[in-house]
Amino acid sequence: MSGTFVGMPAFPKAAHEAVNNATLRGNLRHATQTIRTKRAKAVAEVSDWAELREAGRRIKDHTLRHLDRYLVQLEESVTAAGGVVHWAADAEEANRVVTELVRATGESEVVKVKSMATQEIGLNEALEAAGIRAYETDLAELIVQLGEDRPSHILVPAIHRNRGEIRDIFVREMGAWGRAAPEGLTDTPAELAEAARLHLREKFLRAKVGVSGANFMVAETGTLVVVESEGNGRMCLTLPETLISVVGIEKTVPTWRDLEVFLQTLPRSSTAERMNPYTSMWTGTTDGDGPRTFHLVLLDNGRTDTLADEVGRQALRCIRCSACLNVCPVYERAGGHAYGSVYPGPIGAVLSPQLTGVTDNPSLPYASTLCGACLDACPVAIDIPSMLVHLRAKVVDAHRGAGHRPTAEQAVMTTAAWTMAKPRRWARTLRAARLGRLLGRRRGTISRLPPPLAAWTASRDLPLPPSESFRDRWSRRQASAGGPDGSGGHDPQDGPDGPDGPDELDGPDGRTPR
Amino acid sequence: MSQAGPPTTPSGPAGDARTEILSRARAALADRPDPPPVTRDYRTAGTGSPGLTTDAPQEALLDLLASRLVDYHALVRRATSTASPASPLADAAIATAVATALAKRGARRLIRPPGLPPAWLASTPGTEPVDDDPPLTAADLDITDGVLTGCALAIAETGTIVLDGGPGQGRRALTLVPDYHLVVVHADQVVAGVPDALARLDATGAPTRPLTWISGPSATSDIELHRVEGVHGPRTLEVILAG
Repeated sequence: MSGTFVGMPAFPKAAHEAVNNATLRGNLRHATQTIRTKRAKAVAEVSDWAELREAGRRIKDHTLRHLDRYLVQLEESVTAAGGVVHWAADAEEANRVVTELVRATGESEVVKVKSMATQEIGLNEALEAAGIRAYETDLAELIVQLGEDRPSHILVPAIHRNRGEIRDIFVREMGAWGRAAPEGLTDTPAELAEAARLHLREKFLRAKVGVSGANFMVAETGTLVVVESEGNGRMCLTLPETLISVVGIEKTVPTWRDLEVFLQTLPRSSTAERMNPYTSMWTGTTDGDGPRTFHLVLLDNGRTDTLADEVGRQALRCIRCSACLNVCPVYERAGGHAYGSVYPGPIGAVLSPQLTGVTDNPSLPYASTLCGACLDACPVAIDIPSMLVHLRAKVVDAHRGAGHRPTAEQAVMTTAAWTMAKPRRWARTLRAARLGRLLGRRRGTISRLPPPLAAWTASRDLPLPPSESFRDRWSRRQASAGGPDGSGGHDPQDGPDGPDGPDELDGPDGRTPR
Repeated sequence: MSQAGPPTTPSGPAGDARTEILSRARAALADRPDPPPVTRDYRTAGTGSPGLTTDAPQEALLDLLASRLVDYHALVRRATSTASPASPLADAAIATAVATALAKRGARRLIRPPGLPPAWLASTPGTEPVDDDPPLTAADLDITDGVLTGCALAIAETGTIVLDGGPGQGRRALTLVPDYHLVVVHADQVVAGVPDALARLDATGAPTRPLTWISGPSATSDIELHRVEGVHGPRTLEVILAG
């Protein structure tokens, strides 16, 4: 299992294409700004937010520290409540377990609740290969599935689609999957939601097998928790005879009481609501209510490896709220697809390389400006910027370890370090840099450097080096003012005296068209 | 796989994955110091909620719940009575509110979960109660006009109703498939915040029962973040606040 979607280009290329898509950028900007504003309001309403965040962080850290113990306890609780617990070391094993469980029911279709874990392991594709059809029932996931598309956001996977596109997908595809879209379907959201309701209802009412993930698993009681908005989760968790839940082992919390923290922080962080419309909690099976058979598949798939990394393990605190996506300037412009991984945005940039290896996702740790907005927004205080720096080092190490020759970047950095180490070398280099002005004479910027530096200017312009460096100017002024105190710096005589006027000293913004 | 396994290791392929995961977790944690202890400096059970102080009167609790429910587009009715809960007078006030709600909705075939107080339907002779005995199929549920239930508790701060399958609530499907859910909340069932709710559920042994937390009617914001009320669950949630 690769961490990236098969056939997806690396982040730089995908991002380059995405930012040139005006519709996508418009949708993303509108969506992320809307959620951001709403979330800030929902959080501000809670005066003890900082304390809840700290408690959430510590509960998760404590759980992870004793994960082995809590997993065993969870297994005991779920088993005692009538559930069957399975363990899957990797994606392939999890897919095999689920496929066998579905086969054992004799059914050839399942209804699914939106789940990041099953997306991570590629369950739908594995079931399809075994002749089992998996129907996504979350509205956005339905849009994605019918459009043969990929999700682009953890919470609102079809954030990249506007209403017109959604209407077209429904009209074109619904018939092939079941109940066709109503005649004369317009693109109003209410009508589109109604079309989805009708289309999915026949599937819910006849479904024999449901597949879900879970937001939390309580070790103490064996209770699983799914938070959702639409009611498709309730349908999948309640109506089928068999329920199979695939859950990452890090979703464990020790006690029932711990939910009092996360049931406050998760809804406000993700959908910016005081509480999401529906939360389902179930413990094993209950006579006369809901599925008669319940299977829990505990998924590792790289999580214990992540646990072994002392900087990286904090990513396992993640409760998948997606607040970090909505505040990320890179995500807002590039969108979720550019990351090419199941988990997009800042958390994806730290989670995907860890779950599936940095060699599969070498560009993701660089898909960030390290501005820190994600850390501020995170309800479990994951220090994503520090982790990205840590992962960047790992990527570099992986390259070096593989016997690669030094890259142009490494060579440049080494040279820069040598140059800056001695003031005289630095001064000489600055003077030499003036030669660079020859490259950008007409436009006032340098848009193409010669190889091997061409990679730097492939996606950005380089400001023209100033005609005189600050150091040179300082020395000259000191000499003409004649005073060691530097007070001559404000002497009007020192006005525009350079060949290009003073703005050249100010760097790139001072450039003037010629 | 080289690490020591747990004391009880089942054999077979599933046992292998279990052994592997647990031993890898142990190996990963081998040299790890204990993280700082869990702190609960936030507002815990019995200490009010962001919108309520600890000494807030019950009326303030009900008002907050009502405003939160309305905020999430649930319909709210008050069945005010000074009588004690479940007394004939209090039940009569509820019955009147139920009758008004059902008449307005035009709901006739109404699911009646086991244990629903008969008095609640005393003022609605036109209603045709549908009992879940023998259990109704999903298709049966789909052609009813709605369902009337009680609840386990309600959370004022978040506008949440919690069902635990107790008397007058029925199994989960009863409140899921119909398009209209009318629910009665007694004043003494209203708690301030989420921590209060979990503590009370814990005290009544509810955590291991199937629980459904409902905050407003089902909704989606999946299309351009435009909120649409009502997708798969009941598209109309109506709450009668009694007391």
